[in-house]
Order: sequence, then C-alpha cells, then structure tokens
Amino acid sequence: MIAEIGHFALVLALCVALVQATLPLIGAARGHAGWMALAGPAALAQLGLIGLAFAALMHAYIVSDFSLLNVAQNSHSTKPLLYKISGVWGNHEGSMLLWVTILALFGAAVAACGHSLPPALKARVLAVQAMIGLGFLLFILVTSDPFLRLDPAPLNGNDLNPMLQDPGLAFHPPFLYLGYVGFSMAFSFAVAALIEGRVDPAWARWVRPWTLAAWSALTAGIALGSWWAYYTLGWGGWWFWDPVENASLMPWLAGTALLHSSIVVEKRDALKSWTILLAILTFSLSLMGTFLVRSGILSSVHAFAVDPARGVFILALLSVAIGGSLLLYALRAPALKAGGLFAPVSREGALVINNLLLASATATVLIGTLYPLFLDVLNAGKVSVGPPFFNATFVPLMIPMVAAMVVGPLLPWKRADLAGALTRLALAGALTLLVVLIACWQRGGPSAMALAGIALAAWAVFGALAEWAGRIGLFRLPAAESLARARALPRAAWGMTFAHAGLGVAIAGMVGASAWVDERILTARPGDVIPLAGYSLSFESVGEATGPNYTARRGRFTVSRDGHVLGILEPEQRHYTVTGMDLTHAAIRTSATDDLYLALGDGDGSGALTLRLYHHPLVPWLWFGGLMMVAGGLLSLSDRRLRIGAPATRLRAQAAATA
Amino acid sequence: MTPRKLLYLLPLLAFGALTAWFAAGLGRDPHLLPSALIDKPVPQFELPPLPGYAHGLNTADLASGEPQLLNVFASWCLPCRAEQPVLLRLAREQGVAMRGLDYRDRPEDAVAWLATAGNPFRSIGADTENRVAIDFGVYGAPESFIIDGQGRIRYKHVGPLTPEDVRQTILPLLASLKGR
Repeated sequence: MIAEIGHFALVLALCVALVQATLPLIGAARGHAGWMALAGPAALAQLGLIGLAFAALMHAYIVSDFSLLNVAQNSHSTKPLLYKISGVWGNHEGSMLLWVTILALFGAAVAACGHSLPPALKARVLAVQAMIGLGFLLFILVTSDPFLRLDPAPLNGNDLNPMLQDPGLAFHPPFLYLGYVGFSMAFSFAVAALIEGRVDPAWARWVRPWTLAAWSALTAGIALGSWWAYYTLGWGGWWFWDPVENASLMPWLAGTALLHSSIVVEKRDALKSWTILLAILTFSLSLMGTFLVRSGILSSVHAFAVDPARGVFILALLSVAIGGSLLLYALRAPALKAGGLFAPVSREGALVINNLLLASATATVLIGTLYPLFLDVLNAGKVSVGPPFFNATFVPLMIPMVAAMVVGPLLPWKRADLAGALTRLALAGALTLLVVLIACWQRGGPSAMALAGIALAAWAVFGALAEWAGRIGLFRLPAAESLARARALPRAAWGMTFAHAGLGVAIAGMVGASAWVDERILTARPGDVIPLAGYSLSFESVGEATGPNYTARRGRFTVSRDGHVLGILEPEQRHYTVTGMDLTHAAIRTSATDDLYLALGDGDGSGALTLRLYHHPLVPWLWFGGLMMVAGGLLSLSDRRLRIGAPATRLRAQAAATA
Repeated sequence: MTPRKLLYLLPLLAFGALTAWFAAGLGRDPHLLPSALIDKPVPQFELPPLPGYAHGLNTADLASGEPQLLNVFASWCLPCRAEQPVLLRLAREQGVAMRGLDYRDRPEDAVAWLATAGNPFRSIGADTENRVAIDFGVYGAPESFIIDGQGRIRYKHVGPLTPEDVRQTILPLLASLKGR
C-alpha cells in the first residue's frame, strides 16, 4: 500500500510540474503577478510529493518488502541497515528517484530562500526547473518505475552487489547527484536570463550560491568515489580514465570554469554570453554524466543504449533540454549587452585563460570518452582511448592552468602589472624551488613528470599562501593589525585560498600515488616479520571471522617502526554468502604523510598466505586536498554578500567604473 | 544573419551533430557491435602469459575445435569483479572453455587479483599494450566473445555477464555451436 502511495505521489508530482512549467512562464511574459507567484508553492508541493515517493521506496527497503521488484533485486533481509538505505540508490530506478528528489529539493530551496529575486526571474527559473523535473518524472514513470510489484513475492532478495556495500560508496552517488542536479540551478537561471534578455552583476550573484553548492558537492562526490576505488580496488590506483569517471569529471571541469567566469560577470559585468553558455554546457554534461552511469554505478558507456526504449527516451530528453537551451542561446545571446573592457594582462585576462584551459580540458575528456563511440558509428573500426591519451593531452593543459591560477588572484581588475605580481610571488617561487630540491634529494632524481607535479603542487600551495599573506599584510604590518585584517577578510577570499591551496595539496598526493609507490608481493606465515619502507610488519595470526552477511579469513599484523608499535592491521578475505562473491578487504594504516596498505591473498595449502603490501607516500593528501577544496567552496558559500542582497554602493561604484 | 550571430549558433550546430551521431548509434544493438566482426575469424595475434602462468594466448588457441568464451577483463575494472562469480560458475559447473584477455592492465595486478578472485580461464593473454583489444574492437572491460570451433567470432556481449545472460543467451548459443 505504501508503495502505491509513493507511485501515486510521483504521478501527482508530474501534474504539479506540468503546471509549474507553464503558468508562471506565461505569467512572467504577461506581467500576471498571481500566475508568477504560483511557481513558489508549486515547487514546495513538488518537494513534498517527490519526497513522499522517495520515503515510500526507502521504507520498502528498510522493512525488506520483497514484493517490490526493485527491492527484491537489490536487497536482502540480512544486509546491514546502512546498505539497505544506500541500496535505494544503488540501482537504476532508485537512483533516478534520488535525482528528482534532489531536483525538487533545489527547486524548493529557491522558492523558500529567493526572497530577493525579482518575481519574474524567480517565476522563470522555477518554470525551467519544473521542465527538467517534468522530463525526469516522465522518464521514471514510463521506463523506470521503482514501484513495480512482484507476484508472488520471493522469500528473500538477491542482495546488493557486495562491492557496493561500502560506506564510501553509500554516500558517493548522493554527493555526485547533489553536484549534477545543483548545476541545474545555474542552467535554469541561465535560461531564465536568456528569456528575459538580461544578464547583470545581480544575476551573477543570485546564481553563485547554487553553483558553489553544486561544485562543492560534486568535488566531494568525486573525491569519495576516487577514495573508494583506491581502497577497494587498491592497486594504488585512484583514477583510471574510465568512461564512468570521466562522466563526472567533465561537469566538474566545466563547473569550475563557470564558477570563475561568473566572478567576472559579478565584478566587471563582462563575459556574459560566455558565462551563460558555460552554465548550459555544465548542466548538459551533468545530464550526460547521469545517463552514462544511469544504472547507479556498475554500467558504463555501454549501458547508454542497452535498453532501446530507455535509450530513445534519454536521447529525446537530452535533445530537448540541451538543444532547446542552445537554440534559445543562439537566438537571444547576441542581444546581450557587452560589458566592461579589459587589457589582456588583468584579473579578467587571467580568468579568461583559466576558462580557456578548463574548457579545452573538458573538450579533451569529452573527445577521449566519446571518440571510440563515434568511430564505431562510422564503422571505422574501434580504438581504445586510455591513460596515455589523457596523459598526453589533459596533463599539459593542467600545468599552465595551475601555474596561472597562482598569478591570477594577484592581478588587479582591468589592467595589471605582471612583473609586479611576480615580484610578490618571489618568496613562493623560492620555496617551490626548495621543495623540488628536497624531493630530488629524498627520491634520488625522480622522473621529470613527478618533479613537474611536485613543483606545481608547491607553487599552488605557497602561491595561495602568498596571496593570503599579502592581503592581510602578514609580516608587513603589526601582528595585531594583520589579525584584524584576517578577521575582516571576506569568506569568499578565505574560500579561494583554501580551494587553490587544496588543489596543490591534492596534486602532491597524485604525484605520490603515481610515482613513488613501493610495493611487495610475497608469501608469509604467522611469525614472519616483513620490512617495508622503514616500517616492519609482524604477522601475528590468521583466523576465521563472521560478519552480518559474510564469512571471512582475517589476518592480524602488528605495525612498528624503530621498535615502537604503531598499530594493528587486520586485512580480510570475505565471502558473501548470498551472492557467493569473494572480496578482499584491505587494511590501511594512514598517517599524515603516507599509507600502509595490506591485502590478503590465497593460501598455498601449507599455512603460508600471499600478501600484497604497498607503501603509498603522500596519498592521504589526495583526499585531504579534496576536502580543502570542498571546505573552500563552503566557506565561499557562506560569504556575506551571498546571504544579504546586493549592496547598492557596489552597483553604483560599478556603474561609475564602467562609465 | 551577421557573422557574429552565426558564432552563437555554433554550440547548437555542434550539439546537433553530436545528437545525430548518438541517434545513429542507438539504432544498433550494442550487444552485437561491431557487426563487422561477427562471423569473421578472430584477428591474428600472439600474447605472452601473465607472470607465473605457463600459457599465453594466440589465434590458434581460439580455433581449437570446440566453442569457447573469450573474456576481456582487468584488475582495475569494477564490473569485472561483479562478473567473476558468473564466469567461475560457467567454467566449473558448465565446463565452458574460457580464455581471458587481460586488458590495459599491469600483469602483476592481474595475477594478484586472480589469486584472490579465482581464475576461470584455461589461459590468459596479457594485453598490456592494448594492441589485441583494439583488433577485437573492445571499448571497455568487461566484454565477452563467443568463438566457434573454427575460430570465428559468433557473438559479442558488452558489459558484465549476468546469470540471466548466461541462461538465455550464452549457454544456448554454446550448445548450438557444439551440436554443429
């Protein structure tokens, strides 16, 4: 019964979306205040209805209602509660429901928080948002109904793939979707602005919180996914240029570009039509990302057309959404008024470089991901595009991007003095050189690629710190005044420092993970002591262990360094009883500067076990850097100017500046 | 239209081309792709074994007189792990002759992975350079090919094999090839 209520709520939500997508738009065009005001309550009603449907499916999973096909296929009564819950979005139908739930959440947030928005803009934004919802609700109800019943109901379910029964993966899809769907707000604002034919700094400020929230969530989602891949697959790999991963990287790159170009719109009233285009492209890539991984996690590009009915529907949905908005762009964008002028060497110029490089990087990944499919359609044979392609194309684009990222914030708007900015970076440059020398000395002449990576990482971190120190006058002014300045620094400035430095920290982790790994594969028996990179591991014992839905063989190792015991590692080899799958559960000891990674293999019959041991220097920095970037995004999100309406003085100052 | 206005039309045109391409691809059954390879003999190749294994894989191995299943896998490939129990059951319970193509992988990783996940293959070719996979038209792992006794590709499955795929397609096809 509860499932039927959920299904019915979805149908109702579809009806509400239909109203919300049309009437407010007409109202905005004719100046009908009542029709415009309809959008707000409609958006809230949508959240209520879709939320109800989501809760109904969640309930079915929690109580293990196997009369639902979706639950029977993806759950099992012995599964731990966390994975019963995450099982809701661990499959295609449920993940689509999560998608529209988040979409409704964003729509309702605009309805509830957008008091400062002009009524016509608000009505149009919510109407566009409802159009997206309309498409997705139709898709769910027509091709992917999660509430299908099964008669007779089976006694138990098929269980969720054990690979997906993992805390990292339980939260990976929701974050990813928060990011993908969050960019729908930027899209809706862009389309609404095109309909109105006006983009101004106030518009940029209204969009910014949504873009920032989406970007932060997507960053967190990608980092979680990569972390999960690292500790589950665990060959020291954290990124494989798999189509599924690329699908999430593309909107991230485009979204990062959008985040930066919208600053120019906000501060200088320039780059308007480009920013609008970026907003449309970012969400288009998000849509593509959703569908490339549309069955949750496991399928990749192949899945795009595995089911012809869904494939046709998806293609139609993409054509209408992306094609429609690009057509609107072609018609309306030329009419947008061009804004302030600027010299090539200026803050704007630096942000344009950032945008060009990020856009090229996005195009590179897009080509690398889709090219094989193109050739296939042409019957021109198949090629495989792998890491060598991306290393040769993507990495060279990122090097100047990071190098310029440090200089950009030091350049003033309109016209800048590059030499002056570089002088202020002299100390950062010297420290970078020092780090490179230390790396050379420590690692004994590492590869050029690793050195370039370390140099970039250090440059990004020290550069961000130099910019921050310059702002607060560190060592130049009395300490008390510096402190006062640091306190008065806008949160957005803090956010930038965190995010830029975080990227540097993450790059250092990437270098450590790809260039400096130490690994050993050996057989050992209890009592053996194994040395690795200064650590020593003593194999204490091996025994049986039981989990809620698996049995395991568990090894016990003591880690010590210079005679001090540091901790215990207990790697497992698990056998999941329902699915019959065997999985290695590695044990990882993380310190501030390295990871010790231990996985258990098969026995040889005589009591000895195969062991895989890794020492990964700097790897924890990869996730820590990602965390810093997310923190930067959230800090910037909490900036005062985004919470409070546009200060009138700034607008006047801007008008004076452009006049 | 002025040239400047045409510039704004560019994104739409690019997207239109992209959509047309996808639409062309949609009409095809991806399980049968690429049609060019179906019923053709397998490409000529010779691959070394993984370290510690006695046999690699070559063209002659795939034309041994009995139908076989060639599975493209990699240690880093997540769906391959999901598929592994299905492959193991196929090999152990159904006695299907299976060969493996280790795709874009570090051989040591593949060895370690097979040691923990189980090895359903009679022999495995280490395609570290990704040469042979290209000849087979592999886009991603996992993919499975059914090859008849004469070494011709009869069927291609893209993505992980599920128990249903095995029941409905793979086993009947293997049986019919065997009966011939």
